[in-house]
Amino acid sequence: MTHENFEPKLVGFLCTWCSYTGADLAGTARMDYAPNMRVIRVMCSGRVDPQFVLKAFKEGADGVLISGCHPGDCHYQEGNYKALRRHRLLSKLLEQLGIEKERFRLEWVSAAEGAKFQKVCNEFTEEIRNMGPLNLNGGIHEQAKA
Amino acid sequence: MSKQKPKVAFYWCASCGGCEEAVVDLAEDILKVVEAVDIVFWPVALDFKKSDVEAMEDGSIAVSFINGAVRLSEQEEMVKLLRQKSQLVVAFGSCSHLGGIPGLGNFWNKESIFRRAYETTPSTDNPDKTVPLEQTEVDGKVLTLPKFYDTVYALHQVIDVDYYLPGCAPPKDLIMNAVGAILEGKLPPRGSVLSPNKSLCDDCDRNDSKPEKLSITEIKRPWEVIIDAEKCFLAQGIICMGPATRTGCGERCIEANMPCRGCFGPTDQVFDQGAKFLSAIASILDTDDEKEIEKLVDSIDDPAGTFYRFSLPASILRRKRMETIQ
Repeated sequence: MTHENFEPKLVGFLCTWCSYTGADLAGTARMDYAPNMRVIRVMCSGRVDPQFVLKAFKEGADGVLISGCHPGDCHYQEGNYKALRRHRLLSKLLEQLGIEKERFRLEWVSAAEGAKFQKVCNEFTEEIRNMGPLNLNGGIHEQAKA
Repeated sequence: MSKQKPKVAFYWCASCGGCEEAVVDLAEDILKVVEAVDIVFWPVALDFKKSDVEAMEDGSIAVSFINGAVRLSEQEEMVKLLRQKSQLVVAFGSCSHLGGIPGLGNFWNKESIFRRAYETTPSTDNPDKTVPLEQTEVDGKVLTLPKFYDTVYALHQVIDVDYYLPGCAPPKDLIMNAVGAILEGKLPPRGSVLSPNKSLCDDCDRNDSKPEKLSITEIKRPWEVIIDAEKCFLAQGIICMGPATRTGCGERCIEANMPCRGCFGPTDQVFDQGAKFLSAIASILDTDDEKEIEKLVDSIDDPAGTFYRFSLPASILRRKRMETIQ
């Protein structure tokens, strides 16, 4: 299968205090980066329910990013550590369901790191482009209702 | 008979027979049920045929209790027929409610399941690699078998379902409550799960033994430790699905000193029982260190199979990604 014309669909859950502000900085500083990321602002990376991630994949995302404050910098003290624990456990569960761990990324991006956000978006897009589409629902709808 | 009694049907799909057992386990109460209704179809116990059901008028069965998940075309055909003939359909037990244990087949597909069952198990002796076929010709005649689907479905993914009786198998009091509510016409809104909408921990006898802040430093499996019969399982480091599972079961497992495995499914507020439990257990792992976290996560054997033990087909992703199955 060739992925020549494949544009990855990425969903990014960004915490409002650090990563969203970092993404904003990348924008105001007019940094160019791959336009594949659909950003969803959340109050904290610890607010990202694993159900959100599954739903994103289910609805057609080829990759999902959670991005929050660096360890120790969480506006709510502990939220990003929760995100870290959930990310590691959910990665393991996703692999059991056939979704490679490279498709589910966790990154720390501070409010000052516009350039890092640019780099993460570019890298993630290229990585998923090389992996190809997730094509999650192939085969589920073989029978009548559904 | 002066007054016609409401007609009731029971049917089973991909299930173990435990739900049929649950009906028989009503013991003398089943006499009350039989007194109040006419059982018009129950393949496991009574000799009615599919043609008998086909001959009935649409909507003439008051309620069909259907247990088991849908895995074969035959099951799909039968539940669609029963839906057409019934005013109410109740998904009876975990398998029809959520997919249940047969739903774990969604980690595989038809090909890999057939290969395992008919070729590679140590006890298989099948040099010609004979597998069941949908059509076989014998002496000029064609024999047929139902189609085996790649995916296991919960009942509501195949037909409209009016009510759900959860549990593996549903406990007696919930069954009798449901039957009573149907006979008296005192039913909750359509689509309800007929069990209280709160988590098992709310009702658990061990809730008082739960420390104010639960934290886990080591995951233990039930066979690795002697389990304290009074203390919260999670406080002992044993995975217990209680926080993400609906109550109403009567804590049968907890009383036998075994942790909850989640057969009642999630409460109404939750879409995906496994994800919600994952969220809970990750929150109480007692470390912020990346290496320590990874070590603890490593020690949770088979998270998908454990957290979705009864609910994989009804989960958000529903099955393992098809193209990654070996």
